[in-house]
Amino acid sequence: MTENTTGGDVRLTGISKTYGSFTAVHPLDLTVPQGSFFALLGASGCGKTTTLRMIAGLEDPSAGSVFLGDRDVTDLPPYKRPVNTVFQSYALFPHMDISENIAFGLRRRGIKSVKKQVDEMLELVQLGDKAKHKPHQLSGGQQQRVAVARALINHPQVLLLDEPLGALDLKLRRQMQLELKRIQTEVGITFVHVTHDQEEAMTMADQVAVMNGGRVEQLGAPADLYENPRTTFVANFLGTSNLIEAEVVETGSDVVVTAGGGKLEVPGDRCTDAVRRGGKLLVGVRPEKISLAHADDAGSIADGRNRVTGRIVDSSFIGVSTQYVVNSPAGAELQVYEQNIERDARLVPGAEVVLHWNPAHTFGLDADQSLLAGTVGAAGVETVEDAS
Amino acid sequence: MSTTLTKEAPGPVEEPVLRKPPARKRLVPYWLLLPGILWLVVFFALPLVYQASTSVQTGSLEEGFQVTWHFRTYVDAFAEYWPQLLRSLLYAGTATVLCLLLGYPLAYLIAFKAGRWRNLLLVLVIAPFFTSFLIRTLAWKTILADDSLVVDALGALHVLDVTSWLGFTEGERVLATPMAVVCGLTYNFLPFMILPLYTSLERIDGRLHEAAQDLYASPATTFRKVTFPLSMPGVVSGTLLTFIPASGDYVNAELLGSTDTKMIGNVIQSQFLRVLDYPTAAALSFILMAIVLFMVTVYIRKAGTEDLV
Amino acid sequence: MTWLRKNLVVIAGLLTLAYMILPNVVVMAFSFNKPNGRFNYSWQQFSLDAWKDPCGVADLCESLTLSLQLAAWATVGAVVLGTMIAFALVRYRFRARGAINSLIFLPMAMPEVVMAASLLTLFLNMGIELGFWTVLIAHIMFCLSFVVTAVKARVMSMDPRLEEAARDLYAGPAQTFLRVTLPIAAPGIAAGALLAFALSFDDFIITNFNAGSTVTFPMFVWGSAQRGTPVQINVIGTAMFVLAVLIVVAGQIITNRRKKTATA
Repeated sequence: MTENTTGGDVRLTGISKTYGSFTAVHPLDLTVPQGSFFALLGASGCGKTTTLRMIAGLEDPSAGSVFLGDRDVTDLPPYKRPVNTVFQSYALFPHMDISENIAFGLRRRGIKSVKKQVDEMLELVQLGDKAKHKPHQLSGGQQQRVAVARALINHPQVLLLDEPLGALDLKLRRQMQLELKRIQTEVGITFVHVTHDQEEAMTMADQVAVMNGGRVEQLGAPADLYENPRTTFVANFLGTSNLIEAEVVETGSDVVVTAGGGKLEVPGDRCTDAVRRGGKLLVGVRPEKISLAHADDAGSIADGRNRVTGRIVDSSFIGVSTQYVVNSPAGAELQVYEQNIERDARLVPGAEVVLHWNPAHTFGLDADQSLLAGTVGAAGVETVEDAS
Repeated sequence: MSTTLTKEAPGPVEEPVLRKPPARKRLVPYWLLLPGILWLVVFFALPLVYQASTSVQTGSLEEGFQVTWHFRTYVDAFAEYWPQLLRSLLYAGTATVLCLLLGYPLAYLIAFKAGRWRNLLLVLVIAPFFTSFLIRTLAWKTILADDSLVVDALGALHVLDVTSWLGFTEGERVLATPMAVVCGLTYNFLPFMILPLYTSLERIDGRLHEAAQDLYASPATTFRKVTFPLSMPGVVSGTLLTFIPASGDYVNAELLGSTDTKMIGNVIQSQFLRVLDYPTAAALSFILMAIVLFMVTVYIRKAGTEDLV
Repeated sequence: MTWLRKNLVVIAGLLTLAYMILPNVVVMAFSFNKPNGRFNYSWQQFSLDAWKDPCGVADLCESLTLSLQLAAWATVGAVVLGTMIAFALVRYRFRARGAINSLIFLPMAMPEVVMAASLLTLFLNMGIELGFWTVLIAHIMFCLSFVVTAVKARVMSMDPRLEEAARDLYAGPAQTFLRVTLPIAAPGIAAGALLAFALSFDDFIITNFNAGSTVTFPMFVWGSAQRGTPVQINVIGTAMFVLAVLIVVAGQIITNRRKKTATA
């Protein structure tokens, strides 16, 4: 592909940011492919917003470079970069009406006849009738769309979105997620989206980079991240994981471990490298992969499945599923989600049960990391708006 | 098109070459501050130094003044003018308390009870500013003149008997008495009390009153435990904005008082502009400054409000 | 009795308001007086003489013009310098912040007479002739802190993202300042300017010390309190009061209209 027609990839090489003795972003290399919807996911203070602001030029990196295609833009001020941002809480100019807000970028670049483009943009975000309103007269969702229109009208090579849906209520959020996805497909511009909401990142993005403590923990497609987390942080931050501490007994194409007296199998290619040496391993399995059987029916469970025995301590009916909390010798408070297809009336708190699942759904993680990293309530992880 | 990532950049990046913002950018705040701060240094701070020097000079207008480190001037000035100094603090203190007592209900009324009259009331508080305060102070000469409506009414209600007995007024006279001066001071600085009070009252979330009442607080308790503490920033800045200028004022004492109600401002003014005894005037001015700054510092510490600027 | 208790605050507040307005009423009433002798302190008879000839007293209107000019220049000076300081304080990190904050706070925490006397000492020592310029210098000095306070409050409540958004949308530093920063900071700057104008126009103590033979309007009034108060003083005081109220009311009506058309 040729340069300057559509821009090329966003490349960050060795980019870092320090404030005094605090390191907001550790040196990182990252390539965002052209035309993709890319999400930077993490809790508040993980460095994702700082990374975004360095791409925008609003923050000078302490070291490293930012490339758009083959062009080094590290030293360009934000107003000379072909990059636009949708700000957190929108930053619409309160003293201008909607069409003036949208035309702002075009006017600054000396374009005189902006009417047609502004009208088209208003149409794209379905706000044709609000052109002469002031920002404060619009609802949150409408303001959000104006912010998108104000950035997109400039046809940037990259659109940066800083928690664009953070201020919206849940229902509107879901709607705007689809809306943004539609717009991205329509205009074909690279979107880099910063969010703390894992569900948002997974529904919208082609690629997700999970950030923690100023570093990228893992990067990949949403399904890949979910199925094959490589750290406990990713395992816990994306959805819920049951993590069981286990001893390695046998290594090979399948790794065999013991936990709480029982044996479990983990596919060798789903374990981190360190495990092959033996010793300890964290065995992980997602709650929805587990089936629950009453202890009386233990005999009818097919061979070759991983099994853990335990006792139900809590159950809550969610509608599509029932969530159980099970205590077992292998680990306390294991989570199990059962589809509500045929409910077994015996599965109530206090009942003895067997948890069983296909060993292929098991993954193994390094044992020398915190079990709780990335869970709600663990240090540094809150699902609040990113303040940085 | 592939996505590449290594958690830590390899090789040379481990010793990152730190970029520093260009010097031009770092100097921006200093350029912004320079003219204004220079102005304050030259025309506010430096004059204080000159005054300090003047206060320890001796000499006369004809022969010129010399710095002789004559600290006696302070002792002499204090010995001679302590009654005026004390009077200033007393009058200013009384006026401040009166301003608070009179101003609070009005500020409260505007903030919580005025409804659509709020803006009109605010205008009425601010509007008198636009008539020169000297003209308005002169109007008090008419209002408090002997045998005026107000004075006759106060006399008929035997208020003047009480105030005369306390030494605030003299017989049937109000003008040229301490009461007239304090009345003028209170009047002049009331807006400076009301506006900060209003600002901090207006910020109080109305739901806090409802919450307090919901939690079994009577209206009086709600005021004592919720409204008043939350209006403290306004009380502090209002009392400061009243007390500080009132302590150095000489206009009210001059126009509404007599020789027995002279305040320290009158002394400084006449020493400086009429007697031309600069060292004494400078020394008195420093004593006043020291006392006021000391009181303000202690007061702010006690009230615990640091964010006045 | 319960009615009284319920409306105690209202009654007390309105009494205070009456206390504050009373002198203006008197000033207004006595602008129609025809006094016997030199002083306009007691009511004699109704007359429109002073209103027909407001400049009929020597030097009165000259002093008024001078005060207006002085206030205008002092406002410009204090607003420019004060706004720069306010921006520096809110937007940047620099050394000696504490010292600079105190330097700005102190003029407001100092009795005027102290500043007046010390400034006069400076001018005398420097051999600077007293007059329009020394008064202007003094007015800018004491208005500065108030402007800083007013503008700072506004700039602090400003979302820094608005300026970032402007820079992101191809506005260079100058464009960002003119099109976004300044319009949004405008109410704070206007408030500071209004305050500076009022403080300067009405200042007496500092002016009295540093004016030499220059006579501002407050000094004219002060002088006339000694020599005899012409009715025209009341005319001018009343006219300014009425004018100010009219401007405020008109402004209120305009903003109300705008709000209505905006929401319609």
